[in-house]
Amino acid sequence: MPDAIAASLNRILAMLIRYTFLLRNSWPRVIELAYWPTMQMILWGFINRFLVQQSAWLAQAAGLFISAVLLWDVLFRGQLGVSIVFFEEMYSRNLGHLFVSPLRPWELIVSLLTISLIRTVIGVGAAALLAIVFYQYSIFDMGLPLLAFFSNLLVMSWAIGLMVIAIVLRYGLGAEGLAWAVIFAVAPVSGIYYPVSTLPDWLQPVAWSLPSSHVFEGMRQVLIDGHFDWALFRHAVALNAVYLVLGIATFLRVFHIARRKGLLLNAGD
Amino acid sequence: MNSPVSPPVIEVQDLCKRFGAVAAVDGIDFQVARGSITALLGGNGAGKTTTIAMLLGLLLPSRGSIRVLGEDMLRHRYRVLGRLNFTSPYVDLPGRLSVAENLNVYGRLYGVPGRHQRIAELAEELDFTHLLERAYRTLSAGQKTRVAIAKALLNRPEVLFLDEPTASLDPDTADRMRRYLLDYRRRHDTTLFMASHNMAEVERMCDQVILMRAGRIVDQGSPRELIDRYGQADLEAVFLTVARNGAEAARA
Repeated sequence: MPDAIAASLNRILAMLIRYTFLLRNSWPRVIELAYWPTMQMILWGFINRFLVQQSAWLAQAAGLFISAVLLWDVLFRGQLGVSIVFFEEMYSRNLGHLFVSPLRPWELIVSLLTISLIRTVIGVGAAALLAIVFYQYSIFDMGLPLLAFFSNLLVMSWAIGLMVIAIVLRYGLGAEGLAWAVIFAVAPVSGIYYPVSTLPDWLQPVAWSLPSSHVFEGMRQVLIDGHFDWALFRHAVALNAVYLVLGIATFLRVFHIARRKGLLLNAGD
Repeated sequence: MNSPVSPPVIEVQDLCKRFGAVAAVDGIDFQVARGSITALLGGNGAGKTTTIAMLLGLLLPSRGSIRVLGEDMLRHRYRVLGRLNFTSPYVDLPGRLSVAENLNVYGRLYGVPGRHQRIAELAEELDFTHLLERAYRTLSAGQKTRVAIAKALLNRPEVLFLDEPTASLDPDTADRMRRYLLDYRRRHDTTLFMASHNMAEVERMCDQVILMRAGRIVDQGSPRELIDRYGQADLEAVFLTVARNGAEAARA
């Protein structure tokens, strides 16, 4: 392996170790990773159980809402996995040290995305396992389509996360509430618990411009019709490619602005 | 210090940084010789921290050029960042990580060979071996400064940038830190570039002083040269007279 690549991998590993130390040193944070997805899953599990008794349509797919809430949490936790971890660097006024080291911005991005994946798997994975215990429903029964849905939602969450941290780097920690606000703005138009056709006509184009809508429509087709819609999958992948490029470009652009305005030295509480 | 014919370690030409209408640094030129200790001296807002941030690439200049270890810092900073390091009161280390964890992460980031041994060696030299397992946030200001200096020395930097290195230390600890840095420079031929408000520290440690006022260099020379030039008893008196009257009037 060329030395430059090995050095890059070593720096990415250094950042992953740094974020792992952060988790290891605070067990409430690890519990919190799984706590909210589990609470959501339990709540929607009961709602699902009730509605299945009331609706013939829902009775066809017993785990519809549980799957929806778990996949929604992939999007939510994945985005927080990027943004919260980056905010830690800002809280601790560590950015100056990091960017005087040989760490490249793209290496920081790779490490943030990787730790986001790890945090999401821990959080949502625990809730998914508990769903088997509580409701005898396994989201893993979806098989390979689950991997397609998970990957698409994770990539979308990374793109949103990168845009959020770019805004917070530019405007300071006063804007950190965006980490929650942005993702909840996406929720109503993502068709998580209802088909996109439920939305008013004028809002449907907005919904179809989001990869998440294609994923949740695809999930319903798998669970209700037992059919994986490749067209929805392709649309989600294509949109995600655009979103991710935009997310990375936004972060790198703001990083340049931060160097021009002296924000790296002053970022902090 | 090396022979004066060796190329300068830091070369700055016409360096300028404007924030809107304000010129934080306004067209400065200087050179720093290998193995020397140079201080930027000036009051609050003189442009010291801005200058150091530009030298390190944390801040992009509005104009001018910077070469460090022969490399253009505006184009090729990643070629030299692994050979530099710095510490500043304006940045910190993650408080939830232990001292050892922090140094371990930075050791990896800098690709330090024999990382664990190097950390143990620095902890011994800077007398914080007993703090290695403590969370960084629980340390006193003086202990944090020692750990930050250790982080800055992890990669055996050829050029070490120190922004107010003893600002939060009591006189005894500050004195030991100065002795340590002087000894370290002697042993490793490291170039030290510092910003300080402490005139006695600068007078004692530095080969070259760059006096800044309102973003400009108003004078430079060795501490002895500056003291003689302004006819003052010490560097603090030089600083006060320049700060109050300007360099031209103070020299007259």
